[in-house]
Amino acid sequence: MIVELGHFALILGLCFSLALAVLPMYGVVRGDVRCMNAGGPLAVAQCLFVTLATAALLYAFLSDDFSVDIVAAQSNTRLPTPYKFSALWGGHEGSLLLWLEILCLWTLAVAIFSRQLPRDILARVLSVMGMIAVGFFSFSLFTSNPFARHLHNIPADGQDLNPLLQDPGMVIHPPMLYVGYVGFSVAFAFAIAALLSGRMDASWARWSRPWTNVAWLFLTVGITLGSWWAYYELGWGGWWFWDPVENASFLPWLVGTALIHSLAVTEKRGAFKSWTLLLAIFAFSLSLLGTFLVRSGVLTSVHAFAADPTRGMFILGFLFIVVGGSLTLYALKAPAQARSHGFGLLSREALLLANNILLIVAAMTVLLGTLFPLVMDFAGLGKYSVGPPYFNAVFVPICCVLAVLIGIGPSTQWKRSSTTSWLRAMVVAAIASFILSLILPTLFGGEFYLGATLGALLFFWIVCSSLVSVRHKVRNASSLLTGLKRLTPSYYGMLLAHLGFACAVLGVAMISSFHDERDLRMTVGERAESAFSYEVRFDGIEAITGANYQGQRGNFSLYKNGEYLRDLHPEKRRYHARASQVMTEAAIDAGLFRDIYIALGEPVGEDAWAVRIHVKPFVRWIWLGGVLMALGGLLAIGDKRYRSSAGRSRSELPKGESYAKT
Amino acid sequence: MAMHPLRKQRLAIVVFILLAAAAAAAFLGYALRENINLFYPPADIAAGKAPLDRKIRAGGMVAEGSVQRATDSLKVRFVVTDYSASVPVQYEGILPDLFAEGEGVVVTGQLAADGVFYADDVLAKHDENYMPPEVSDALEKSGKSAPYSGQESTGL
Repeated sequence: MIVELGHFALILGLCFSLALAVLPMYGVVRGDVRCMNAGGPLAVAQCLFVTLATAALLYAFLSDDFSVDIVAAQSNTRLPTPYKFSALWGGHEGSLLLWLEILCLWTLAVAIFSRQLPRDILARVLSVMGMIAVGFFSFSLFTSNPFARHLHNIPADGQDLNPLLQDPGMVIHPPMLYVGYVGFSVAFAFAIAALLSGRMDASWARWSRPWTNVAWLFLTVGITLGSWWAYYELGWGGWWFWDPVENASFLPWLVGTALIHSLAVTEKRGAFKSWTLLLAIFAFSLSLLGTFLVRSGVLTSVHAFAADPTRGMFILGFLFIVVGGSLTLYALKAPAQARSHGFGLLSREALLLANNILLIVAAMTVLLGTLFPLVMDFAGLGKYSVGPPYFNAVFVPICCVLAVLIGIGPSTQWKRSSTTSWLRAMVVAAIASFILSLILPTLFGGEFYLGATLGALLFFWIVCSSLVSVRHKVRNASSLLTGLKRLTPSYYGMLLAHLGFACAVLGVAMISSFHDERDLRMTVGERAESAFSYEVRFDGIEAITGANYQGQRGNFSLYKNGEYLRDLHPEKRRYHARASQVMTEAAIDAGLFRDIYIALGEPVGEDAWAVRIHVKPFVRWIWLGGVLMALGGLLAIGDKRYRSSAGRSRSELPKGESYAKT
Repeated sequence: MAMHPLRKQRLAIVVFILLAAAAAAAFLGYALRENINLFYPPADIAAGKAPLDRKIRAGGMVAEGSVQRATDSLKVRFVVTDYSASVPVQYEGILPDLFAEGEGVVVTGQLAADGVFYADDVLAKHDENYMPPEVSDALEKSGKSAPYSGQESTGL
């Protein structure tokens, strides 16, 4: 009964989204205030019903109602309760419902927090969000109904959630990622509303900046969590694989990063207007493309897609409508807004332009590498795979140039190239970072690696040049403290995000240079040496029993320079409901400067096991970088100018350089 | 001829973008050509259609009873077959959890002149229902149907 009510609520949600897509827009066209104002209540109703649907499905999972197809496929009576929540989005249908739920929450948030916007703009924004919702409600209802059930031969127990997903990281990773993914729909809706209204001035950029920042920061958290999960859960100790599914989330992130930088120029200087609109369209289009890649089955196999093309064709058609429609609108409306705007070679505009070009090139290369095998397979030209070496070869140089520019950008000025005193300070920063970079990796590893030194150089360059930027900003203040207090949250947010990027670069460089990976055959009682004077002793194997699995646990002792540090217990698990699938649970001794990573392979003879012992220097810095970037985004939203009334034009904003880009 | 400074700036930007795009395209093409790995089914390898000493991928089923382990290292030998032709594979390292005789596998590595495929990387199925698409295709071509055909995604 509850399940049917949920299904019914989803259908009602579709009805409300249809009304939301049509009514406010009709109001704008006809100048009907009542219709325009209907957007808010409709957004509330749409959100209410999709939440009821989600709650009904959640109830089915929690009450083990195996008559519902996806509960039977993804849950089990013995599945721990927190994982019954995450089982909801463990498959195709449920994750689409999550997509929809988050879209409706975003729409609701826009309706609530943007009431100070001009009425016609808000009406257009809500209508565009309604149109997107119509697409996804229909997709969910017509091609992948989460409430489909079998009332005959109800299975006694479910097939259980894929053990890989039975993990705390996987409970929060998909919602975070989706909040980011779907959040770009807000920036998209604002861009479309600006195009439709013909008012592409700085104010639309100011309205959509905080929304874009929130979406971006959630996407950052989501990607970081995904990388962390892959590291400890997959049992190989890798943290990024350039897997198409990863790339699908990374592409909107790259374009989204370009977008938040470009929005800064549009808001502050009124420049790059058309370009910013285009980026907003692309960021959301790439989110849709990612959804298509992950959800249509083309990645698993082009033939799987051809065998059951309804879902894939639906998203592809939707993608065509969204991209085609918005680009047509852009072509019709945007050029009229082109305005010449001169700036110097080392001005902030020039650097932000370079930032945008680099990020877009990076996104294009990743897109090329991701789509190449699909295109070749479709064309019947063979089954290719594009390996990590391709992505590393194209991505690393771009990141290095980006890191250099990140150092210069924040302390440059709008419009004109900067002064000689600034140039002198930057040269000092460059020399300081060069010296520091030579010291650090040598201290750490005793060996010289070009990659580690380069990473350290870029890290220190960003840190030192950020200090130059701070000093430059407080130079006129009576004391350092008053000067620091006067700087805005968005400036600190930018510094923090850039510092996060620096940490991630250092982490990647150090782990790529100094990592030590040994796959060994070990017998009980054997000691194995590892890098940096670590030693591991294999003490034995014991049987363990968990809530819904059985397995074996290895006992290892970790030593450094012959001194005992701690015990480590990697596991092998065999889940009851999926007996042929064995899971590796790695044991990790985590540290800020290094991780010791031990995973069990398989038994390879009497008392002998294959054992994976990795030493991973600075691996935490990669995720620390992601966390700092997200915190930076959070700080930037705290800027009080986003809470000022929308009626204020740009000229009324205080002049000066205290507002920095984020 | 004196140019309007704005026009000059625009020209500089256009030239810069063109040069950067050309350099990027050339570099991309090179990087892509060096780093894509073509898949060869066992039948093609046995027929001598696969190149030697180049990084390629191969795949099929691990033949029953073919896995042989060394007693002093993690060296392992097994035979990959599509039930019409087969290729001996050598690998040193830890095999993935889902590697087993009679199951699908994809290996990346180089084919040597002695006919042995030296693998750097062994990929087994993601979960019990999933079959690497190359493997099911290879099996289809050799006329032997795959024991599993279900597809399952593991979420985003």
